[in-house]
Amino acid sequence: MSELKLMKGNEALAEATIRAGADAYFGYPITPQSEVIEYLMSERPEKRTGMVVLQAESELAAINMVYGAASTGKKVMTSSSSPGISLKLEGISYLAGAELPAVIVNVVRGGPGLGTIQPSQADYFQSVKGGGHGDYHLYVLAPSSVQEMADFVEDAFDIAFKYRTPVLILSDGLIGQMMEKVVLKDQQERLTDEEVIKRYDTWATTGKTNRERNIITSLDLVPEKMEARVHKLMAKYKKMAEEDLRYEKIECDDAEYLFVAYGSSARIAQKAVELGRAKGIKVGLLRPITLFPYPKQQLFELADQVKGILSVELSAGQMVEDVKLAVEHKVPVEHFGRTGGIIHTPEEVLEALEQKIIKNGSIRHHKTRESSIL
Amino acid sequence: MEVLDIIKPENQVFCKTKLLTDATLSYCPGCGHGTAHSLTMEVVEEMGIVEDTIGVAPVGCSVLAYDFMNIDMTQAAHGRAPAVATAIARLWPDKYVFTYQGDGDLAAIGTAETIHACNRGEDIVIIFINNGIYGMTGGQMAPTTLEGMMTSTSPFGREAKTMGLPIKMTELIANLPGVFYATRQAVHTHKHARKAKKAIRKAFENTRLKKGISFIEIVSNCNSGWKMTPNEANKWMEEHMFPYFPLGDIKVNGKLK
Repeated sequence: MSELKLMKGNEALAEATIRAGADAYFGYPITPQSEVIEYLMSERPEKRTGMVVLQAESELAAINMVYGAASTGKKVMTSSSSPGISLKLEGISYLAGAELPAVIVNVVRGGPGLGTIQPSQADYFQSVKGGGHGDYHLYVLAPSSVQEMADFVEDAFDIAFKYRTPVLILSDGLIGQMMEKVVLKDQQERLTDEEVIKRYDTWATTGKTNRERNIITSLDLVPEKMEARVHKLMAKYKKMAEEDLRYEKIECDDAEYLFVAYGSSARIAQKAVELGRAKGIKVGLLRPITLFPYPKQQLFELADQVKGILSVELSAGQMVEDVKLAVEHKVPVEHFGRTGGIIHTPEEVLEALEQKIIKNGSIRHHKTRESSIL
Repeated sequence: MEVLDIIKPENQVFCKTKLLTDATLSYCPGCGHGTAHSLTMEVVEEMGIVEDTIGVAPVGCSVLAYDFMNIDMTQAAHGRAPAVATAIARLWPDKYVFTYQGDGDLAAIGTAETIHACNRGEDIVIIFINNGIYGMTGGQMAPTTLEGMMTSTSPFGREAKTMGLPIKMTELIANLPGVFYATRQAVHTHKHARKAKKAIRKAFENTRLKKGISFIEIVSNCNSGWKMTPNEANKWMEEHMFPYFPLGDIKVNGKLK
């Protein structure tokens, strides 16, 4: 039975993981996402569904446990926050290279370094541009509510197995820690071992039966084979862009100005849209739900309609680069965002639109480039 | 009589296990890896557990172990095989899960994963090949390189004061309660190989008892890395490696010897 509950984002994600029929979770505590493993441990998922939950000795061990579980066709997740994700990146690159399905959650905090435990969106580059070594991408989902923290778990597993690829849920300390009402879906049955073998026998290392042995590796010492592996990954990413791109348009039909924002910033920008419209400014919001693939074409088309675009994120300006690439200099694009764990207010966001875009709207490209440093 | 006339099924007294592929081994002539692979696969074949065996390959000379072992295998990141095997064993408790790792993989970069998998008492087998050097990358110093031994990164010999003394991993982990069986073996002679095979068999059988890790160190040679002929390397191993890494059981059935 679906249930309405009041929950923290991290807890909703943890509960949704059990209900999605996950086989295992491996993690290591780090603020602001420790509630995920705390919740899982207290729920006794081994009794509820038979799910394995294990606190690893480090993020390195946790992501490699994920690699081990995924290599046998099991449905597996790990979560962490920024510095911990940096540690996991080697394993994430291996997951991508070995084409293994897995879900990784990053409840982002401010950086670089130990940074802060406060919310941030400064891991955008790390999340969508590869992060680890080599030619790969993650499918990246950006929840902007507690409801989406829950809903995206199942979506992430579906994509992970559809493409045999690691999927990242890119949340942040705000979405992870805040409480909202959430509708939880019904419990899904976990696959039995027999079902796992039947379904994934073509590739998973579940024990060699009357077939060729299955090998999970990301190593190809023959250059042509390695290039073919990379091309295979690129073909997957192209298919993702064609079939599984997700975004949301808010008040865009008559918009003369546009915010682009994801995750917690999208919630704030949505309020700024309301404030702007109350003042007579026709502003809309494009919310990328997937950050990879990115809604490039939608932005390219909106750039024919609007006079300027403000990219809003809790960083010194990362996603703004992708907005600019998509817009191809048709209209001015500026960045606004606070860092260090400070969360911008809707009023600040609207003011930034007025100052950086509406007031300076007539001054075009060269000015935009100068000011784009910060 | 020509040799080819003798090669007939009725004359066959021994053959390699079906669980070794026909791929040409990537190991140097004289290297112990080939024997260690054979013994492991013979045990899996003789126990009749190929359908239930999942191996984890390391990074190092044996990174391509999956090319030679005809079983399902997952290749792990450098040092992380015990973590990979942990998850597989937790999710497939009826399977036989083993890692096959070298000294750099297990005793340097993967020290934490090794110690914690041992401490949790995962029901897996760890086969640890200790040849005191990094073979694949071209003969650099390993955590188990002997004092005074020259390698490409200790060109004047390993100096205890600045580089530490070689780590005795098997003694170290044997003290953890999660370790059920810890032994040190060799494979350079028939006698040693037979003993090592018994140890490997015992280790695989132990995983059914659910009493923790079975850890087999195999002190082996690296004639290329040591810059010796195979025979010289084996002699040097007996004279120098065995005194520091003495062969024999260290912990049996959960009890220290």
